[in-house]
Amino acid sequence: MSDPETVLRGVGATIVVLSGKGGVGKSTTAVQLAFTLRKLGHKVGILDVDLCGPSIPRMLAVEDQDVLTTPQGKWVPVFADKERKLSVVSIAFFLNSKKDAVIWRGPKKNSMIKQLLTAVDWDVDYLIIDTPPGTSDEHLAVMENIRCANVLGAVLVTTPQMLSVDDVTRELTFCRKTQLNVLGIIENMAGYVCPNCSECSNILAWGGGEALAERASLTFLGRVPIEPKLTQCTETGDNFMEKFAQSPVASVYESIVQKLLASGARRDGGGTERSQHCDDSMDIDR
Amino acid sequence: MSEIPENAPEHCPGPDSSGAGQASACAGCPNQNLCSSGAAAAPDADAAAILERLSSIKHKLVVLSGKGGVGKSTVTAMLARALASEPHIQVGILDVDICGPSQPRVLGVAEESVHAAGTGWSPIYIEDNLAVMSIGFLLESLEDAVMWRGPSKNGLIKRFLKDVEWGKLDYLILDTPPGTSDEHLTVAHYLLQASSVAAIVVTTPQEVSLLDVRKEITFCEKVKLPIIGIVENMTSFVCPKCKHESIVFPSSTGGAASLSLECGIPVLARLPIDPLIARACDEGSDYLSTADQQSPAVLAYKQLAEKIREYFSASQGAAS
Repeated sequence: MSDPETVLRGVGATIVVLSGKGGVGKSTTAVQLAFTLRKLGHKVGILDVDLCGPSIPRMLAVEDQDVLTTPQGKWVPVFADKERKLSVVSIAFFLNSKKDAVIWRGPKKNSMIKQLLTAVDWDVDYLIIDTPPGTSDEHLAVMENIRCANVLGAVLVTTPQMLSVDDVTRELTFCRKTQLNVLGIIENMAGYVCPNCSECSNILAWGGGEALAERASLTFLGRVPIEPKLTQCTETGDNFMEKFAQSPVASVYESIVQKLLASGARRDGGGTERSQHCDDSMDIDR
Repeated sequence: MSEIPENAPEHCPGPDSSGAGQASACAGCPNQNLCSSGAAAAPDADAAAILERLSSIKHKLVVLSGKGGVGKSTVTAMLARALASEPHIQVGILDVDICGPSQPRVLGVAEESVHAAGTGWSPIYIEDNLAVMSIGFLLESLEDAVMWRGPSKNGLIKRFLKDVEWGKLDYLILDTPPGTSDEHLTVAHYLLQASSVAAIVVTTPQEVSLLDVRKEITFCEKVKLPIIGIVENMTSFVCPKCKHESIVFPSSTGGAASLSLECGIPVLARLPIDPLIARACDEGSDYLSTADQQSPAVLAYKQLAEKIREYFSASQGAAS
């Protein structure tokens, strides 16, 4: 167990973005939530714990940056904006080329994640942790280490298909078993509006995320349609929330963040839930 | 290949590496003596059994992608169905995505279960000549989360390779999780002891996906797994109302075509988005035989299957 003093020091509150399924938009969601929180005046950090497929640096156009080290041996996050209010740490900063693969088995990944959680010199109000798909080493390592930090909870991302909802249901079981508060579910890639005739096609079905939220008695945070402009921004590293501030998708993210902050405020008023987690032992492998 | 125990020191070189027991990280490890004696690097008893099982499988195809949600499972299932459309061809699908098994649903057998018998596991049959094995069949409910660390996952994959009674197969297609980690290393390690093994790499057009796929290609080079080619999925979308073709996931760097030039690996197919495919995957129905046979997606998948057939028959010809 890590020393509670050193885990995520300098972080106000933490939100974990999870999904059992890959490619549903965890990283895109993490980035848009960060942009939105920053727009509200907060200092935000993103910690990318996807070791084999880090996407955040590309989405923020900071791929070529390096992480500096303080005289105390702490890592300094890379700033993604001029005002230095949006910072990010990812394994991609430690790789020599974008072709480099991190071919590691579990134990090595665990120790890297522990280091990412303890050795970064953060100064942020909110930290968003972006995770790889699944319920395995990376997730267990994050959960083991952050239990003594101030964690608002997890945001689950799914696409509307049952194929994705199945995996997110498993992720939900993971959250319950590891006693991670679930802030709610986002249904991503729901519907695509044809640029020619404005007909909305449900390319990946419709409604699966909302149905899951209902079934599991969770907050349904919002439904985000497929928006090629958003994809474009994640490709080029542009700030979608500023560039297309008036778009319907931007307002969906704003409403999601409002719901998250409201539920975070309720939770803070709710007392000392996190301290009791710290004493539990965690033995969930097998 | 011996597994690294969970409580190993942070930079454990692995019990079968040349530095086992001698690396600086080994100091103080309770297994240091065992590792330095070389006993841990002894040949893996299961390897022989796995090789024996693989000897009755002609061709092994690994479907990979560094990125999640690009369509590995969809491509796996469609390709298997396309190959199995010839009744005398025996096809098996092994789902090695332990935390997010998709094959049971995609193939419409989510409710089935497999019980481990003394002799081995009998796979679930979709057609007379199409069988599938997945951890999904071993779980009690769809909600069960498999919260396993690497060694447990490796153990199960090993059992899948050793104990599933496929009988004689022409093709075994392996559906993998995203990434370049435990599952991939274990699969590559055991399969590559046999002959006629190759991979296809699935991507979507965006750079964010290509980024991860590049890493997967590096992985294949490192473990010496041959790549047949790249499959670009979700390339474009034809509006069902106005037939206008639009790009849903715009690429900033030229998509699979530019990756192909960069790495010298051919693009095998560019698969369009078809809402009927997503629906067929949710329902577990057979899209390829029920959809319009002239639709772009059906034609693209059939061509892809043909290229896979050609590759393996050519490589077989070259070997014999």
